[in-house]
Amino acid sequence: MTATPGPSDPSGPAPRLPDGRWRAVDVLLWLIAALAYFVFPEHRVLGSQVIITALFALSLDLVLGYAGIVSLGHAAFFGLGAYTAGLLATHGWGEPLSGIVCAGAVAAVLGYAISFLVIRGRPLAQLMITLGVGLLLVEAANKAAAITGGVDGLSDVPMWRLLGAFRFDMAGNTAYLYSLAVAFLSFVVIKRIVDSPFGLSLRAIREGARRMPALGAPVGRRLSAVFTLGAGLAGVAGGLLAQTTQFVGLDSLDFPRSAAVLMVLALGGTGRLYGAFFGAGLFMLMQDFLARRNPVYWQFWIGLLLVVIVLFGRGGVLAGADAVRDRLARRRVPKRGNKP
Amino acid sequence: MIAAFLSVLFDGVAYGSLLFVISVGMSVTMGLMNFINLAHGAFAMFGGYLAIALMTRVGVPFIATLPMVLVAFAVVGAVAERLLYRRVSRTRPLDQVLFTIGLTFMTTALATFLWGPSQRNIALPAPLTGQLHVLGLDLGAYRLFLIAVVIAISLALHWFVNRTRFGAQLRAAVDNPSAAAGLGIAVDRVFTLSFALGSGLAALGGALGIDVLGLDPTFSLKYTVYFLVVVVVGGEGSILGSAVAALALGMLDVVGKYYIPDVGGFLIYGMMVILLLVFPGGLFGARR
Repeated sequence: MTATPGPSDPSGPAPRLPDGRWRAVDVLLWLIAALAYFVFPEHRVLGSQVIITALFALSLDLVLGYAGIVSLGHAAFFGLGAYTAGLLATHGWGEPLSGIVCAGAVAAVLGYAISFLVIRGRPLAQLMITLGVGLLLVEAANKAAAITGGVDGLSDVPMWRLLGAFRFDMAGNTAYLYSLAVAFLSFVVIKRIVDSPFGLSLRAIREGARRMPALGAPVGRRLSAVFTLGAGLAGVAGGLLAQTTQFVGLDSLDFPRSAAVLMVLALGGTGRLYGAFFGAGLFMLMQDFLARRNPVYWQFWIGLLLVVIVLFGRGGVLAGADAVRDRLARRRVPKRGNKP
Repeated sequence: MIAAFLSVLFDGVAYGSLLFVISVGMSVTMGLMNFINLAHGAFAMFGGYLAIALMTRVGVPFIATLPMVLVAFAVVGAVAERLLYRRVSRTRPLDQVLFTIGLTFMTTALATFLWGPSQRNIALPAPLTGQLHVLGLDLGAYRLFLIAVVIAISLALHWFVNRTRFGAQLRAAVDNPSAAAGLGIAVDRVFTLSFALGSGLAALGGALGIDVLGLDPTFSLKYTVYFLVVVVVGGEGSILGSAVAALALGMLDVVGKYYIPDVGGFLIYGMMVILLLVFPGGLFGARR
C-alpha cells in the first residue's frame, strides 16, 4: 500500500488521544435523535430507517474507518442478520430482543470465519473477497427459495410485542424508539471500544501495518476481532430492519446496499463514529427527497455527490467542519504550531 | 452428446473472448497505477449505445461502426483520464472505489435518460446471422466472427506490447513505475495512452457484445464484477493473465449455467475466492 494516510491526513481522526469521555456533541446527537420523535411524528418510519442505516454505517466505520479494511460486501452481514431475525420470527419465535441478539451472533460467526480470508490480502484482494462472499450469499439466498422466499423475500414477518407490551405499529412509533434504543446501546459500546487501547491499536495498524508487529501488536488477531465485531453489529442493524419493517428481501444482502453504506460513510466522514450518523441522515433525506421527485434519476445525483466528495471534500461533511473549526481556532490563537 | 458439449463450450469461448477485450484495458491500468476503476464497464456500455446510434441514426453498417467506436472512446478515455482520473489515481483505494462507484451510478442514470431503461437489440448483417456447420458442429456465425475479431485484436495487442517502443515502456512501467520514471520514461503519458487504448477496446467490446451480453443501462453494474474477476484472477497488469482468466471464466460460466443451472453464480464467485486465496497476486501477477 502506497500513500499511507498519516496523522496529518485530513480524513483521519483529530490528532488528540481519545479519553472515552462524553462531550457536548455526543449528548447533542442523541438529544436530537430523541427530539425528532416528537418534532416529526409523521416521519417516524423514515426516522427509524435512518437510525438503522446509521447503525449499519457505524459497523462499517469500525472495519473501514478504524481498521482500514475496505469492504465491498458489508451488506452480506446486514442481510444475514435480517434473514436470521426474519426466519426466527416466521418459524415461531417472534421475540424481538433475542431476535437481534441471534442476528448479531450469526453475522459475527460468518464475519469471524471470513476475517481470516480478508485480512491476509492487499486492498484489491480485500475488495474482491468481500465482494465475492457477498455475491455468494445473494446467490445462496436466491437459490434457497424454500427457506428464504427467494426473490419475493419474507413478508409479513410476525413479530411479538416488544418487551411483551409494545406492538410494532404502522406509524413506526415502536420501531423508532426501539431502533433508537438499540443504536444508542451499540454506540455506547462502540465508543468505549474505539477509545480503548484496542481501538488505538487499530488506528495504528491502519496507519502503519508493518510497524505494529515490531511493537508487539498481533495485527492479524486485532483485525480479525474488529472485522467480527463490525459484522456482528451489521447483523444487529439488519435484524432491526427485518423486525421493524417486517420484511426481508434479497436487496438487504445485495451489492447496491454495500455500495450505499460506503457512500453514507463517505458522506459523513470515516473514522469518527459521528460520520455514520450525519451521513445516514443526509443520505436518507436526499434519497427520500430526490426519489420522490424523480425515482429513476436520483442515482445520478448521488453519484455526482460521491464524485464531488472525492475530488473536493475528502473526509466528508465532518472533516469539512473540522477544517473550518481549525481555521477559526488558528485565527484566534496564532501560535499553536505544535501539531504532532 | 459430445457435440452438444462442444457447442456450449464454443459459446463459452465467445463469451470469454468478449470479457477479455473489455477487461484488458482495466487490467493494464490497474497494473500500471494500482488504480481500481469500477467504472470501466461504462465505456463498454456507451460503446454499445454509440454503435446502435450510428447504425440507426446515421445508417453506418455494423462492421464499420466497430473502428469508429474504438477511436471515439479512445479519445473519450484520454480526455477522461486527463480531466478526472488523474486527480484520484494516487489516492487511497477507498477514494478510488467511491469515485468510480459514483461515476458508475451517474453513467447508469445518464444511459437511462438518453436511451430509456429497456434492453436494446441490433439487426446483425445477414452474413453474420444463422449457424455454420463446422466439423459436424453447429456454431453461431456471429460467435465465430466474434472470436476471429478477438484473435485479431489479441495478436495486434501482442505485437504492440512486445514489439514496439511504446510496448517496452508500458511493460517497464507496469513492472516498476518508479524505476521506469527514473530511466526517463514518461509514465504519466504511458498511463494516459494505455488508458485511452483500454477504454477504446472496452467500447469495442461493448459494441461487439450487444448480441451476446445484451445492452441496457444496468450493463456496467451487472458486468463490472465479471471484469473485476478477470483482472484480479489473471493478475493486474498481465495481458496473458487476463486472456486466460477471461476464457476460463467465460467457459465456466456458460457451461455451468447450461449443465448445472442450480449452481448459478456459485461456481464463478466461489472459484474467484478460492483462487484469490491460493494466488493472492493473481495467476499471472506481475508484481509482489
